[in-house]
Amino acid sequence: MSEKKPRGTAAPALRPRRRKVGVIGVLGELFITAGVFVLLFIGWQVWLNDIIVGAEQTNAASELSQQWEDAAPTEEPVEPAPDPDAGATPEVPAGEGEPVVAAAPGAAESFANIIIPRLGSDYIRSIAEGTGANVINNREAGVGHYEQSQMPGEVGNFAVAAHRTTYGAPFHDIEKLVVGDSIIVETQDGWYKYIYRGTQYVRPTGVDVLLPVPQFPGVAATDRVITMTSCHPKLSSAERIIAFGVFDSWYPRSGGAPTEISTLAQAGGN
Amino acid sequence: MYAAFFRFLPGPVWARVLLCLLLAAAVLAACVFWVFPFVNSFFAVPEATVGE
Repeated sequence: MSEKKPRGTAAPALRPRRRKVGVIGVLGELFITAGVFVLLFIGWQVWLNDIIVGAEQTNAASELSQQWEDAAPTEEPVEPAPDPDAGATPEVPAGEGEPVVAAAPGAAESFANIIIPRLGSDYIRSIAEGTGANVINNREAGVGHYEQSQMPGEVGNFAVAAHRTTYGAPFHDIEKLVVGDSIIVETQDGWYKYIYRGTQYVRPTGVDVLLPVPQFPGVAATDRVITMTSCHPKLSSAERIIAFGVFDSWYPRSGGAPTEISTLAQAGGN
Repeated sequence: MYAAFFRFLPGPVWARVLLCLLLAAAVLAACVFWVFPFVNSFFAVPEATVGE
């Protein structure tokens, strides 16, 4: 207070020591404050929250991946037991052979991870069963599997959905995929590598993209494809962006991760 | 209003500035962790799924 006195005496006429707080002044400041909070909220909604939730989803997926890695039998050669149900093919070299198709998981259960190097060198998110708000608005999963579609590696269509904005926005940059990019689905059994082939934009009711042969009702599937749906344009529900990939190769867990992500797995395993 | 609040705070100017910054940080944290998620629940979420 003592420091302020010289200034107060320097310009006594211009700066009265105590201004009256007027109603208009208070109202104005309240409005400005409200405006600042609205801007803060928008920044939080479209930017900050996606970073926070996205990081949580990435952590959850990395942990899941680590759990599978820890649970996997270590290196010991699995005997070719004549077990028709297990269907494991450890003796088959990585990248070849019929992929293992897991049984359908329980509702909202995280049963796979999706790894898309194009979306970031550390990009990994979990896929849970179902596409309800409990899955795709989730701070752990974020990507939902359409229950009526097939499982990873199964002949037909493995279809998933995730937000392009809000709730961690797992598919925020999905339009940046380039033909030939890897889309790797990791499960307890191993890695299913799909290759991105193209994007379509459909109406929100365009459920034919989920068919075993996307867009071809009644046609029996012979290929394995992956379909990823998200909203389009960003922050809107007007249309949907649909990215397709076709199955390329299968890597059993016993053989280790595909080389393009094995370095990732080492770095991303926390 | 804010000027009156600043005058109302005790201590030297640097302490009052520090106090204001702390208060602002607390308000911001409360917004990010509680207020904004609550407000957000009233907004329509852009839909990512195709359906009938």
